[in-house]
Amino acid sequence: MTSLPAHPATKRLGLVIDLDICVGCHACAVNCKEWNSGGVAAPLTDLDPYGADPLGVWFNRVHTFEVGEGASGRTVHFPRSCLHCTEPACVTVCPTGASYKRAEDGIVLVDEDLCIGCKLCSWACPYGAREYDYDAGVMKKCTLCIDKIYNETLEEEARVPACVATCPATARHFGDLGDPDSAVSKLVHERGGYDLMPELGYAPTNKYLPPRPRRASAKEMGGAPVELAPAIAAAGSGFLAWIDRLLSG
Amino acid sequence: MHPALSVIVFTTLSGAGYGLLAWLGVWAIVGSLPANRGLAAVALALSLGAITIGLLSSTLHLGHPERAWRAFSQWRSSWLSREGVSSTATYVPALLFALGWLGIGSTRGIWAAFAVISAACAVATVVCTAFIYISLKPIQRWSNGWVLPNYLALAAMTGAFWLIAAMSLFGASDNDLVIAAAACTAVAGVLKVQYWRFIDRTASRSDGGTATGLGALGRVRLFEAPHTSENYLMKEMGFRIARKHAAKLRMIALVSAFALPLVLTILEFLLPAALVPLCAILAAAIATLGVLIERWLFFAEARHTVTLYYGAERA
Repeated sequence: MTSLPAHPATKRLGLVIDLDICVGCHACAVNCKEWNSGGVAAPLTDLDPYGADPLGVWFNRVHTFEVGEGASGRTVHFPRSCLHCTEPACVTVCPTGASYKRAEDGIVLVDEDLCIGCKLCSWACPYGAREYDYDAGVMKKCTLCIDKIYNETLEEEARVPACVATCPATARHFGDLGDPDSAVSKLVHERGGYDLMPELGYAPTNKYLPPRPRRASAKEMGGAPVELAPAIAAAGSGFLAWIDRLLSG
Repeated sequence: MHPALSVIVFTTLSGAGYGLLAWLGVWAIVGSLPANRGLAAVALALSLGAITIGLLSSTLHLGHPERAWRAFSQWRSSWLSREGVSSTATYVPALLFALGWLGIGSTRGIWAAFAVISAACAVATVVCTAFIYISLKPIQRWSNGWVLPNYLALAAMTGAFWLIAAMSLFGASDNDLVIAAAACTAVAGVLKVQYWRFIDRTASRSDGGTATGLGALGRVRLFEAPHTSENYLMKEMGFRIARKHAAKLRMIALVSAFALPLVLTILEFLLPAALVPLCAILAAAIATLGVLIERWLFFAEARHTVTLYYGAERA
């Protein structure tokens, strides 16, 4: 059923991505590919993987942008994946019922057995979250690692999406964004987390945390002062000063 | 957007086919449809043939055409599903109308009712087709008020030219229909020019700043793409056409879809009767070719917001 759930639960699972911390290492994208190549949406087909023009399905892509000019310019690494929107047009445009939004936790999924591969859902997604598998002839997308986060055979701390588990900089957070008291909701509140392209009205669940304001000098960051203090006082007293005088003489 | 040939052929042919079916319905109820079985065979074969070829063509771009029947299920939310239901449902009254006109030789009474119902279904299907595009908010050049009138006017125009061409084969002429075709052509031409003015002049809602949310920090530009070769998104959504080519193709579309068919239609009044069928068939063929080019441009000039993540400044 591609109508949105009439009575969605308040639980809305999603990601919070910290653009201040992300170092652009692509580990999230790679671990996503790794996990999902064996998960419910497997395989994430690669065509011509070792050739001149490889083409493959990935659920997570890391773009790098330059923002601002000159001395105030900065580089921002920007991971992009499904935002599990509250108003997902990718679901409502689906003619077959393959695309759906779960009532219990808001995760947007594709039932590959119902998908006819018309690609309309990918046209309806402003964020480019869906990638067509040319080999399987069906649409694929981020599952929020649904086969991992609810997997009771895994240790509890491992029950987070693969991208979150692997991030070496802790730039990715997973939780219930429908609960105002959850750690992710508090983080969004504290840091001014925002929606991508709010003007289109998709009401994404995932939030992005903006880069923190730039600090002018190393000293402001608690780093080393610009000039170093001399290692040894020029003239002093005591044992070391006596050695110094002895050796200098 | 990538101009997929199967979808361009589908929307052009089905537009003309449903347009023709709608004119047959209207002309049946007005009582202007000749009870000529030869004309019935040609007109119905043209209309239902174009619709059928168009529908089959549209399934060619599917990853799983054998599952196409599933697309009838989600009419509550999906315009594509509604189009599927409406296009298929149209066959029922259309075939009953065909039974009356072609089989019994009557377009009156109950047969006229079937004609009107099939005309209504034809219009509804074209409306559904337009709304598939209108409902896609990431593509502002589709999601606007000009798309529906354009689709309706172009379907009415090509349908009228096809009916005039079919009638001319049987020596039947209908001045009212010719005037209607000329009016549709003028309206469709103006609407198309207005659509192009709209897409050229309207600033996009979204840009690199809103796509990343970093707009407040300054101009956002792509420094490093996430991958070195093209992916599905870039192939499907990243199609670009050079502005100078677009301008030329717009001129070609204007001349072939509207100007030449209009001139040929006027010539039908001036030339000897023997040349009228040639003129009418030429007008229908050139108009259809023009709409095919127009439809290619409709796709090629459409921009998707995902391109903002791949270096486009505007979408």
